[in-house]
Amino acid sequence: MALNRDDTSPLFAPGVAGTLRLIVYLALACVLMVLDHRGGWLGNVRYGLSLVVEPVYRIAGLPSQGFQAATVAFADRQRLTEQNQRLREDLLLANAKLNRMASVAEQNQRLKELLDTQHSLSLNVQLARLIGVDLGSFRHRIVLNVGARDKVQPGQVVIDARGVMGQIVEVMPTTSVAMLITDPNHAIPVTVERTGLRTIAYGSRTGDSLTLPNIPVSADVQAGDKLVTSGLGGRFPPGFPVGEIRDVAQTPSGTFLSAQAKPAADLDRSEDVLLLHDLAEPAGPPAPAPNVGPPADLAPPPGAPPAATLPSVTSPTATPAPARPSTAAPSTGTTP
Amino acid sequence: MNKVRVRQLWFAATLLMSLFLMLVPLPGPLTPFKPYWPALILLYWCLQSGDRVTLGLAFCVGVAADLFDGVLLGEQALRLTAMVFIALRFRSRLRFFPMWQQSLAVLGLLLNDRILLLLVRVFGGDPLPPPEYWISPLVGAALWPFVFLILDDLRARLRIHEA
Repeated sequence: MALNRDDTSPLFAPGVAGTLRLIVYLALACVLMVLDHRGGWLGNVRYGLSLVVEPVYRIAGLPSQGFQAATVAFADRQRLTEQNQRLREDLLLANAKLNRMASVAEQNQRLKELLDTQHSLSLNVQLARLIGVDLGSFRHRIVLNVGARDKVQPGQVVIDARGVMGQIVEVMPTTSVAMLITDPNHAIPVTVERTGLRTIAYGSRTGDSLTLPNIPVSADVQAGDKLVTSGLGGRFPPGFPVGEIRDVAQTPSGTFLSAQAKPAADLDRSEDVLLLHDLAEPAGPPAPAPNVGPPADLAPPPGAPPAATLPSVTSPTATPAPARPSTAAPSTGTTP
Repeated sequence: MNKVRVRQLWFAATLLMSLFLMLVPLPGPLTPFKPYWPALILLYWCLQSGDRVTLGLAFCVGVAADLFDGVLLGEQALRLTAMVFIALRFRSRLRFFPMWQQSLAVLGLLLNDRILLLLVRVFGGDPLPPPEYWISPLVGAALWPFVFLILDDLRARLRIHEA
């Protein structure tokens, strides 16, 4: 306070008390930053303070919402008609494709049942809307209008009609924050669709493209190749479009190829997004092979005396074996 | 008594407004041009009524901004505290500058703020930002005369209204 009183503060000589206070506050800020960076405290604090933060987000999102409403309200009839026409054509095309796909999907399902795999083509999703809030420049994050009350969890994948957008990183009671795949701190495991090459796509510094910095020099990668999620790493389910390679060049060191890709999703235009509910296959070794052998009900009860048909020497080791299916079956489902 | 309360309300309202403006997004291509509103408003109050703006207040505004921003708790607190400290130190001189010199001083303060932010982010492990990162201080300095005059005018009107 004494720092800036008009009667006490001289025109040019600096005060001393202010410097001390400055140091204290700066130290406090640094301690906060370190604690937050190390322990991720901010999430807990924000969850606690979300009663204040969330209404502010909603209010701050109103201008952009109003702007969109105004563009629709003042758009001329012709443009709306054109848009409607285009959407109808898209729908027709999509439906036609779906009808063709339906038979293929069914066939696929049958084949998979024969092969006994559990991948499914159906999507378990939840619709969410963007809230127009700016979380700081050069931060590639978006705010969605669903939260913990809608059973959203950190790590859920956000997609739009064209591809993967990102993943949820922070959940508040009725809103959540998602990190986009173009964030410099984000990486997503992908495969090149044409050749099956596996690699990792990182966000880039400029924020509107993806970088694939470590492709082997001998790999066959061209501009125009489509990238899809590989499903490795256990976060993104396989098979979703991620982007398209723009150009490929050698890294300065010459040991790798580095490619730039354009994200498939409309990262800055999507209004409605989908949250995937089922996560990817968990990482780790594959589940044990399905049980083979006679059904469990044919096995004698564990405490039963050895069957007369079996020689008495082998029976202690042979009897538990057929009983295994009944105990192994649940464990395949819960293997992490 | 009422007059004092109105002034305090106006003071708090402008600070809250600056936090709102920070959150409201600009349309896509204009995003890098967004000025750092809390800094501008705090600077205005520093120059105009230095009694009310203390380092503690700057720290609190910064922490609130961090909560809304959700990036790193303490980042904006650090930046705003440092900026307010410099502004208060040179307040007596800044107040008597002509407007264009004041704008230049604001540009310097905002650039300093960006450098601090850059340091914090680089220490935190983020990559270097693109060149558009440096546009915002220029926009802030260009807007400064308007911000200053508008806020001053509003304040004068409130006072007249009260009297």
